[in-house]
Amino acid sequence: MITLRRAWSQLAAAALLIFASAGFAAGPEKALSGVLEAIEVNRLDLAMQRVEALIAAHPNFRLAHLIRGDLLFARGRPLETFGNVPKTVPREKVEDLRAEALSRLRALRDRPNADRVPRYMLQLHSDQKHALVVDSRRSRLYVFENVGGRPQFIADYYVTLGKNGIEKTREGDQKTPIGVYHVTANLPRQKLSDFYGAGAYPINYPNAWDKRLGRNGHGIWLHGTPSDTYSRPPRASDGCIVLANADLEAVGRTVQIGLTPVIIADEIEWTDATALESERKGLAGAFDAWRADWESRDTGKYLTHYAARFNSGEQDLAAWSEHKRKVNGAKSWIKVAVSRLAMLQYPRESFVVVSFDQDYRSSNLSNVMRKRQYWIKEDGRWQILYEGGE
Amino acid sequence: MITYPAPPHAPAALLVALLLAAAPALADEVQDASKLLKSGQHQQALERVNKVLAAKPKDAQARFLKGLIFAEQGNTKEATEIFLGLTKDYPDLPEPYNNLAVIYASQGQYDKARGALEQSIRTHPSYATAYENLGDVYAKLASQAYDKALQIDSANPGAKNKLALVRELVGGTSPVKPVAVAAVTTPKEPAKPTVLAAAVPSAEPARPAPEKTAADKPGAKSGSADVIETVNAWAKAWSSKNVEGYLAFYAKDFKTPGGEARADWEKARRQRISAPKSIVVTVEGPKVSLAADGQARVTFRQGYRSDVLKSSTTTKTLVLAKLDGRWLIQQERVGN
Repeated sequence: MITLRRAWSQLAAAALLIFASAGFAAGPEKALSGVLEAIEVNRLDLAMQRVEALIAAHPNFRLAHLIRGDLLFARGRPLETFGNVPKTVPREKVEDLRAEALSRLRALRDRPNADRVPRYMLQLHSDQKHALVVDSRRSRLYVFENVGGRPQFIADYYVTLGKNGIEKTREGDQKTPIGVYHVTANLPRQKLSDFYGAGAYPINYPNAWDKRLGRNGHGIWLHGTPSDTYSRPPRASDGCIVLANADLEAVGRTVQIGLTPVIIADEIEWTDATALESERKGLAGAFDAWRADWESRDTGKYLTHYAARFNSGEQDLAAWSEHKRKVNGAKSWIKVAVSRLAMLQYPRESFVVVSFDQDYRSSNLSNVMRKRQYWIKEDGRWQILYEGGE
Repeated sequence: MITYPAPPHAPAALLVALLLAAAPALADEVQDASKLLKSGQHQQALERVNKVLAAKPKDAQARFLKGLIFAEQGNTKEATEIFLGLTKDYPDLPEPYNNLAVIYASQGQYDKARGALEQSIRTHPSYATAYENLGDVYAKLASQAYDKALQIDSANPGAKNKLALVRELVGGTSPVKPVAVAAVTTPKEPAKPTVLAAAVPSAEPARPAPEKTAADKPGAKSGSADVIETVNAWAKAWSSKNVEGYLAFYAKDFKTPGGEARADWEKARRQRISAPKSIVVTVEGPKVSLAADGQARVTFRQGYRSDVLKSSTTTKTLVLAKLDGRWLIQQERVGN
């Protein structure tokens, strides 16, 4: 036998800390921590009032029902454990809800200060109004607004990820991929079964990097929850990123198809604006030198920007060099204009995904395309690891 | 542990007014009806009760019995009406609330059952049956919440406990012997067994409110109220499986029941109390007599229930002495 307070104490302690931290958005987390805070100070009637208000706001919030069950049970009998459900119920079901509670409370407690930013968004391009960043360990999706190319935090949401965790490599591994992706489509509710709730936003897994590493599988979506479920446990999907329906709708309002980056990290690395800007400047300088050297038609100088292990998917550095020498030698002038330049650090990897509109003109050929490069800092110098059309 | 707030001392003084104001003439009829009901003769019991009600339509005891007959016959609609009527006319009686709750619970209306039981306890804070029933109702409500939490149909066997109907209308401590009443209010007065026959409440709905009784006034707290409070706290510590708290109620010179060494007795108690996962100990109808030498003797019906031992009811007597301002147990006996 244990007390209700002890049963929930790990969570309640987390809840208490939250009130010490400053400014956070309203959401079930705040109400939830209010419930656990009341339990921590043994004000069970208040806890009951709060949990019932939470249930009124989110009738299918299973975690809230579990807490209410414990509060009711404890009024009549000593509680044996957190989630005092009959022994016949698989314990994992209860543990799932406990994990959800912890995730939600920790996300609230560990909410980043206003001056902290993820190190991934070195630069967003002018048309990208928002970027989404997922912290897998915290089961959290953060929404950033593009303010003059720099990310500014606006909201965060609890998310469910793959049953078997992260780093998807194979079809059916029930894992969520780690990497830099973007939303490729908007599938409205009407076209989907109830399982996906308010709608779905597929992302472009596997991307060029995944394919290069031989990763496969498909159908990684951001989607909602079934109508009888407010939220799902932290690890429960087949690899998709699942949000409560209201949250999916809120995120959906920020999404631009083909544009909005979705960066999925195992654990977000946070930095400050100054450090991010310094990193951005370094890369932007190298990028502009590459562009200028291409325009100069000094192919030797141009090729110094490519890493020894460069691979375009079709050509390695030797083949690429040979091709470029041949093409560039035949031209009397080259102009390369770049716009809508985005630079996104790839989580877990040491390269940055640089994408841009390339307006290429030359004496014998002109074209406009969206291009993507992976830039890597090796030996203190930024170099291109991959280059291709998007 | 979280339990319902500990019941304050039994409002035995409340019962005095109830018992003394009874109408002896009809009591026999009601008692006969009660016996008939106990022996399963519902129809005969109903006839007898109706006879009483023809003469005294407001009679609480007879109405209560009639409600009970209907409840046992499965006529929940009529039973509900009668018990509801009783709660309106006699809002201070706990039993009709309890029985209403039992009916509500049997219909799956657990929120209503909870409300009625809470009323029952409010009117009679040491009402053990209502506590037990409330525990079951909370367990059932919890189980419904868990079902929603886990999307299961738990069919929780623990929550299927049938709630207990109260069979007698005597203010919740059944049956109260007048000795107890006399002892609490005027400890030195001899017992008046004749009062027992009059265990029928007055037909007058108005009853003295508990807070107006002398025993509840802070300044007039009698020694016996103190003793009952101690016994309730002792039962609570036991129910909480708070072994240290429980043992702290025993005096240094406590006479162990089997004459064994104190350490051995303590060891055995520790084992007995920590082994079950849950224990519920209730104290019903405590009767206190204070002796001139400062000792107090309290006899009560002890209800015990645990997950190991389903339940038992015994008569227990504790002999307590006041040491350093605290009542401590010197002797503990089972049986009369």
